[in-house]
Amino acid sequence: MDVLVILIPVSLFLGAVGLGGFFWLLKRGQFDDPEGDANRILNGDYDDKPKR
Amino acid sequence: MASTFEHSSPAVCPACSVAPAAESLAEVPKDARLMLSLPGIHCAACISTVENALAKAPGVHEARVNLTLKRALVEAGPEVTAEDLVKVVEAVGYEAHELDPGVLATTAADRAAKDLLMRLAVAGFAMMNVMLLSVAVWSGAEGVTRDMMHWISAAIVLPAIVFTGKPFYINAWSALRHGRLNMDVPITLAIWLAVGTSLYETIHSGEHAYFDAAIALTFFLLAGRYLDYRTRASARSAAQELAAMEVPRALRLTGDGSPESVGVADLVVGDRVLVRPGGRVPVDGTVLEGTSEIDRALMTGESLPAFAGPGTAVSAGEVNLTGPLTVEVTAAGEDTALHRIADLVAIAESGRNNYTSLADKAAKLYAPGVHILSALAAIGWYLHTYDLRLSLNIAAAVLIITCPCALGLAVPAVTTAASGRLFRKGMLIKDGTAMERLAEVDTVVFDKTGTLTMGAPHPVGLEDLAEDAQGVALSLATVSSHPLAEALTGALRDLGRLPAPLTDLREVPGYGVEGRWNGQPVRLGRASWMGAEAPALTATFLQIGDQPPQAIPFTDTMRPGAAEAVAGLMASGLRVILISGDTKGAVDRFAAEIGIDEVMAEALPDQKAARVTDLAGEGAHVLMIGDGLNDTAALSAAHVSISPASALDAARVASDMVLLGNDLAPIADAFKTAVKARARIRENFTIATVYNIVAVPFAIAGLATPLVAALAMSSSSITVSLNALRLR
Repeated sequence: MDVLVILIPVSLFLGAVGLGGFFWLLKRGQFDDPEGDANRILNGDYDDKPKR
Repeated sequence: MASTFEHSSPAVCPACSVAPAAESLAEVPKDARLMLSLPGIHCAACISTVENALAKAPGVHEARVNLTLKRALVEAGPEVTAEDLVKVVEAVGYEAHELDPGVLATTAADRAAKDLLMRLAVAGFAMMNVMLLSVAVWSGAEGVTRDMMHWISAAIVLPAIVFTGKPFYINAWSALRHGRLNMDVPITLAIWLAVGTSLYETIHSGEHAYFDAAIALTFFLLAGRYLDYRTRASARSAAQELAAMEVPRALRLTGDGSPESVGVADLVVGDRVLVRPGGRVPVDGTVLEGTSEIDRALMTGESLPAFAGPGTAVSAGEVNLTGPLTVEVTAAGEDTALHRIADLVAIAESGRNNYTSLADKAAKLYAPGVHILSALAAIGWYLHTYDLRLSLNIAAAVLIITCPCALGLAVPAVTTAASGRLFRKGMLIKDGTAMERLAEVDTVVFDKTGTLTMGAPHPVGLEDLAEDAQGVALSLATVSSHPLAEALTGALRDLGRLPAPLTDLREVPGYGVEGRWNGQPVRLGRASWMGAEAPALTATFLQIGDQPPQAIPFTDTMRPGAAEAVAGLMASGLRVILISGDTKGAVDRFAAEIGIDEVMAEALPDQKAARVTDLAGEGAHVLMIGDGLNDTAALSAAHVSISPASALDAARVASDMVLLGNDLAPIADAFKTAVKARARIRENFTIATVYNIVAVPFAIAGLATPLVAALAMSSSSITVSLNALRLR
């Protein structure tokens, strides 16, 4: 049972990393237009000046 | 976005980069954010075509298409209007409409939805971890191990539940403060009673802790609340929208006949005002001097401009088309017809808020029922055992088991699935309860001009004219901005005709255009002007020299999908009525063509609204479909209303649903979907009720272990959501 002392903090930490990642994606607008993003990757236009 | 603005500012104001102080002097006008609806967009190529076309349009800084929402967001200079952009997009072959400003103003609602999503994510994270720990307890952990699991669960759940449940606590508190009970009161009570007793049990090394149930409850309820927010658009008042159409200033003629600009409020009956061509009439009045044509389409729904000469009555809001008019004021400010319509709309809007949705009805039964049940259980157990700890535990278990999760998800899940389906078909739902109200409809009222028809006339039988006559007609028509002349110009250009060389071209306001061709006078205009008999249908006349005038008839094109929509609604057993402000002949002919038997023609705006109210008084639930100012009052008065994308702002604001494209066909489908959605909502309530009836006896009997609570809650919520998804 001693292993729980390590495993529980580790599982909580990993979960928190996932949660943080989700917040980051939400803030960056990754869920604003999922269908558009899926299609944009097929776009043949070459962007000379990508936005930073 | 900020960066693009900085890049463009030197171009806007070249002096600014040289002398920074000039920037504050030459105040840079604020950029406009415009939104277009693009119903026809569907692929990667569409995105780049539209974005490139928009980016090349003058004044546009940035354009971004959102394929999921089928919209384009454009950052442009203040001089760019949505109309210009619509033309740009149409030129590259896609249908575009200016988006309802009500939808545009949803940034606040968006933020609220994002906030809920964040709380949902935290609740989900906490729930999964606690459930994981609970598995150990369920599978028989004892003694110190169980206590440790409970303590860790408490450490996760306490902060999470304080943060994630905030929307419920706020709602519950504001309801209690006003002495009412809403769905959030039992939710808050259940959450905190469960957390409180669980904490007490944990401290005393008790067996049952409901931390997992409390956080799962919050999670499912937040999911329902989030879906609810996504289908809700911010409400705006159509009455305010109409008030904005009133012209604030007018040109009053002074004693010596020179015009001066005054506020409309300062005008009194008997004043004379000048209305320039292209301007909106600011007051109700009678024409004293000048002849012109006025566009009454917004006020009355008449498809054609009417002649205006001395003696003609005009009302505020009508547009003067061809010549200047001097109007004697008979009513100004609050007495004008336009203002009366705005008042009608305001009254109708205030009456509409009384609708009680299925969810509200369920909450009204549910909230007191649950409190009484759990209080009775607690009192019963206390009298039986005199054990306060046990009876409080039972009360918490009852509150959790009668979990409103399924109830909280039953409606939003169905509404989201149904509005997603309708959105794909080309219809935007603006109001959360609109779907339920649409399902109750038994009578449909259509407006004609601009709704069932496109509201744009086009000439027919041009082949009957000789080729040089067509050239003459084209030259004459190009001079005028009259809608019929513009339609004729377009049609003749499409045929490949070239304008004939004419001299002495002159527009005679209110009558038509005249000129000279090969030495003989030519005229294009009203029948009465050339002494011809005015026909029953819409037509303009062409006269060359002494020849008898020739009629060029026009028809109004039927909107695509109009016939299908009417036929579909009739097939669903609904009573369909056509109410139009247009002349009786035109309305009857159109009704026969499209197959509507019940017709009311020459209806004034207040008569339209009155008819809709009368129908409601007879017990009918009316769906109103209209587009103009004259329909706005009726749209607000109806049980539920739909307007096409091309409708006036105020009409779209007044409507519960807006069509995204030109096609009317989604209406019949929307009705069927709404009926199905209502059936699903009822099924979901039944499922939730059955779950409660089965589970409550367990809770009251004291058999509801945390495992039973978790199972009952999750399975009922998932069943309800899956049932809703069948609608997609």
